[in-house]
Amino acid sequence: MTIDNKLIEYLEELSRLRLTEEEKEKAKADLSSIINYVDKLNELDTENTEAMSHPFDYTNNFRKDEAGSSFDRELILMNAPQKKNGCFRVPKTVE
Amino acid sequence: MAWETVIGLEVHVELATKSKIFCSCTTEFGGEPNTHVCPVCSGLPGVLPTLNESVVEFAVKTGLATNCEITRFNKFDRKNYFYPDLPKAYQVSQLYLPICRNGHVDIEVNGTKKSIGIHEIHMEEDAGKLVHDPWEDSTLVDYNRCGVPLLEIVSEPDFRNADEVIAYLEKLRETLIYLGVSDCKMQEGSMRADVNLSVRPVGQTEFGTRTEMKNINSFKAISRAIVYEAKRQIEQIEMGKKVLQETRRWDENKDATYAMRSKENAQDYRYFPEPDLLPIEISEEWIERAKAEMPETAAQKRERYVKELGLTEYDARVLTAERALALLFESASDICKEPKEVCNLITGELMRLISESGTSADRIDIDPEKMARIITLTVKGRINRNAEKEVFEALFRENIEPEQYIKEKGLMMLEDDDLVNDTVDRVLSENPKSVEDFKNGKEKAFGFLVGQTMRALKGKANPQTVNKILREKLGSM
Ligand SMILES: [Zn+2]
Repeated sequence: MTIDNKLIEYLEELSRLRLTEEEKEKAKADLSSIINYVDKLNELDTENTEAMSHPFDYTNNFRKDEAGSSFDRELILMNAPQKKNGCFRVPKTVE
Repeated sequence: MAWETVIGLEVHVELATKSKIFCSCTTEFGGEPNTHVCPVCSGLPGVLPTLNESVVEFAVKTGLATNCEITRFNKFDRKNYFYPDLPKAYQVSQLYLPICRNGHVDIEVNGTKKSIGIHEIHMEEDAGKLVHDPWEDSTLVDYNRCGVPLLEIVSEPDFRNADEVIAYLEKLRETLIYLGVSDCKMQEGSMRADVNLSVRPVGQTEFGTRTEMKNINSFKAISRAIVYEAKRQIEQIEMGKKVLQETRRWDENKDATYAMRSKENAQDYRYFPEPDLLPIEISEEWIERAKAEMPETAAQKRERYVKELGLTEYDARVLTAERALALLFESASDICKEPKEVCNLITGELMRLISESGTSADRIDIDPEKMARIITLTVKGRINRNAEKEVFEALFRENIEPEQYIKEKGLMMLEDDDLVNDTVDRVLSENPKSVEDFKNGKEKAFGFLVGQTMRALKGKANPQTVNKILREKLGSM
């Protein structure tokens, strides 16, 4: 897989990030080396191997369905760049 | 050309758990914005989710009720998308191993039976609510709903018209409500349907290009949207145009669908296994336990009410139209052993009170024990029918103590035979002509004397007692 400008722009779009030309070049190099590293795995025959999603041999880690208290709204909104009427305020997204 | 409409549904239901899927915030509807929020459900860095066991239980029960196979080894996956209703920028969902697969829901439309396939059911988390702020042309975000557990029930494209869709939604709604897994309120958003629709010439086997209509909020609107969208697609094709694969919004006021601004790349969700949650293994014992715990369905209740309790089909249908009414009926009947009396009071008085007070059946709060006591008093002749209605209305409105209320309002029937004796004596001596008429065989005169006695006793005597004493006294005169 090659990391070209087109792919970088696509990733910018998906992640809502704007990169400078310099950052784009750096991202291209970083992503390429990551992909190359992971590509090594393709050298192995994994035909009959289950994909692993967790390193732990453990299942069914549950919580009982009990409601507890939430956080104070002031704390929840503390990091909001903008707020209004107890809500986070963001640029218009509702169509 | 004759056209055929092909419809598939994706139904989202919010589960009736007390707490959210991955944290202990309440799932209660209607709180002040952002007051049911914690670091887990607001997606702060470094927090870890822990799965609510009831979500899995509810999903298994829903799968069993819709004839699905239950997946024994389950995982969650991340669905990545960037939108302010989702603070983590991904939704925890199930793509590769949904908990239920290959089921079916049987419906009946105008006497014709049909089986609708269930492709899969998966567990996921709800997103927050976005509200447009017209004053500043910005969007306000409330995360109270974020992390409320959802089931997404995906049907096969088996529907051919709006009637089948509505029959299916009604059946699904009834099933889920009686299972106790969701309250399925369209108006509060706890049941939402996305409609996938395409058209094709009759006889063609491959599907046409489909559009998706999202979050239509009533059965009626869904029905109208389907009729509109099918017609629009047919017109497009007949005009030589192509149907575009897109998401369309139903505009209730304009009675039309329109294309939502297409967000390019929006479909690239880059799913991958959720590393923060461990897999779920559902054992044979778990499934057996769930089967044993499956409550009676509405259809089973209707059958039992008719066969075992002697109600009419119609009454059984009215009682089961709302789970709250069916449960009240059953509890009160269990106590007083008078199912027909309980049924009459619910289908008559209670339905009237509910509609008059503008509330809904699922919001009523009537103590079945007190209701049973009122019925027992009526059946035993301790209060009359009018008093029964009056006391029941007071129970509905103010949760009164029936016996105390009856005493205070003087509604109790007289048990004092001496008083009835004296009153009958007085009525007889005041109405010699009627006594004479009765002796001459005029039965009507007897009715008059009963009426006079009841009136003198202000209607609080047992009519049978009055009848009996009057006959005795007239016979010996
Ligand atoms: Zn929370």
